[in-house]
Amino acid sequence: MGGSKNFLRGGAVSFATVLIMTVTLSILSFLIFVSALLTHTLTSIQDKVDINVYFVTTANEEDIFALRDQIQLLPEVASVVYTSRDDAFLSFQERHKDDQLTLQALEELGENPLGASLAVKAKTPEQYESIVNFLGKDGGEYAQSEQGGIIDRVNYYQNKTVIERLTKAIRATERTGIIVMILFSIASIIISFATVRLAIYTSKDEIGVMRLVGANNMYIRGPFIITGVIAGIVAGIITLILFYPASWYASTQIKSWLDGFNVFNYYLKSFPLFFVSIIGAGIVLGAVSSYFAVRKYLKV
Amino acid sequence: MIYFDDVSKEFRDGSSGLRNVTLSISPKEFISVVGHSGAGKTTLIKMLLAEDKPTSGSVFYQSVDIHSLPRNALHHYRRKIGTVFQDFRLIPNKTAYENIAFAMEAAGRDDDEIASDVPYILELVDLKDKAAHFPHQLSGGEQQRVAIGRAIINQPDVIVADEPTGNLDPLNTYDVIEILKKINQLGTTVIITTHNKGVVDAMGKRVVTMEKGRVIRDDPNGSYIL
Repeated sequence: MGGSKNFLRGGAVSFATVLIMTVTLSILSFLIFVSALLTHTLTSIQDKVDINVYFVTTANEEDIFALRDQIQLLPEVASVVYTSRDDAFLSFQERHKDDQLTLQALEELGENPLGASLAVKAKTPEQYESIVNFLGKDGGEYAQSEQGGIIDRVNYYQNKTVIERLTKAIRATERTGIIVMILFSIASIIISFATVRLAIYTSKDEIGVMRLVGANNMYIRGPFIITGVIAGIVAGIITLILFYPASWYASTQIKSWLDGFNVFNYYLKSFPLFFVSIIGAGIVLGAVSSYFAVRKYLKV
Repeated sequence: MIYFDDVSKEFRDGSSGLRNVTLSISPKEFISVVGHSGAGKTTLIKMLLAEDKPTSGSVFYQSVDIHSLPRNALHHYRRKIGTVFQDFRLIPNKTAYENIAFAMEAAGRDDDEIASDVPYILELVDLKDKAAHFPHQLSGGEQQRVAIGRAIINQPDVIVADEPTGNLDPLNTYDVIEILKKINQLGTTVIITTHNKGVVDAMGKRVVTMEKGRVIRDDPNGSYIL
């Protein structure tokens, strides 16, 4: 009761405290978004990793299907997609439909130069090595035909270096981003603490009187902690409300940059997480700041 | 009842607040502590209220060294001592009633007791008709009477008043002193610090004179001599 009365009577001091705490909680919210975006980007990059096994043009489909069936039995494999020679040819024509020179060269060849292929996806990026080892140099015993090896090439190794570097870059960005956000959060928390301390400073005479009339520490602290908690909850609610239009606006402006990550949809879908995190952080920030701010005035 | 045993207080800047003060105060006494500014009067009060710790020596209250009390027991001790200050120290956003009731709430008294005792105290300090007034709506003398009401509401053994009439005109000074005399007559020990010669002489009670942190004179029926 005393705490809520103090908050309402606090006027400009309560307003300033809520404002600073809203900034702190907004930074924490932003941290959640950034973390989600980086995870999405990393997953997206990793999804693009696969092994493409290209077969010689003389390989027959029976042999290819036999190899496909064996690959599918591997526990590491998530999916195997077969592309026939004809489909590969049509796909190539579609990709180069505006490139007349290439199409003309293809026509002059008179035949389909492309072989069939298998696109193999592993369940996790770390499992590609073992799939490639299974395929071996010539696909092992499963990639043989009466005419010899049917595998022309496996393109994993060409892409592997690029993808590993990209993955490292993403992970480094993720780590750096999180560290920067944590530093910002710490700075904001310190500023929030200072603001709460200033708010309590205006009540130092009241605290002095409470001590002199024989109030125990909990009786003195209690209303200030409640005031801090109320300020934290109010700041949390304001933050959650502000992020509704902010995330919608961000999703309309920058969705093309984010490789399909919709900020607004993520906010709506993860609202329970945001609610618990932000309101919880507000309560902890308000209570802890008030506890330590009053402590100074309780010492003899 | 109260015993200062060779108490000294040295501050961080090297200055002395108190020097070898030995002083005994009996129950139901009325004592005026006088001296120039910086003589150590307020430091003496702070020692008694456990607001500060002596550099050496001890302060005993009913044979207990108050500075050896654990921190979580100090509030019990402070409830035995009512305090009145020159600047009143009322809570500005509480009415006269609430300022006095506040002392009872802090002591854990229940609502029935508060509803019963506070009006009685307001009547005692002649502020019954101003119970709903905030401090800024009261005169200096009235504010000091609220402060006295707050000091006595928990029936303390001792009232300590640090320059209680310092900000008051002669008429209000007289009123406040009369209230303190009445409280003393009812059995409460009263210790006041003051510059006011008229108050001290009019009391005709024990006068302790301090200078540069030392007690230089202790007259049982003394007058103000500096």
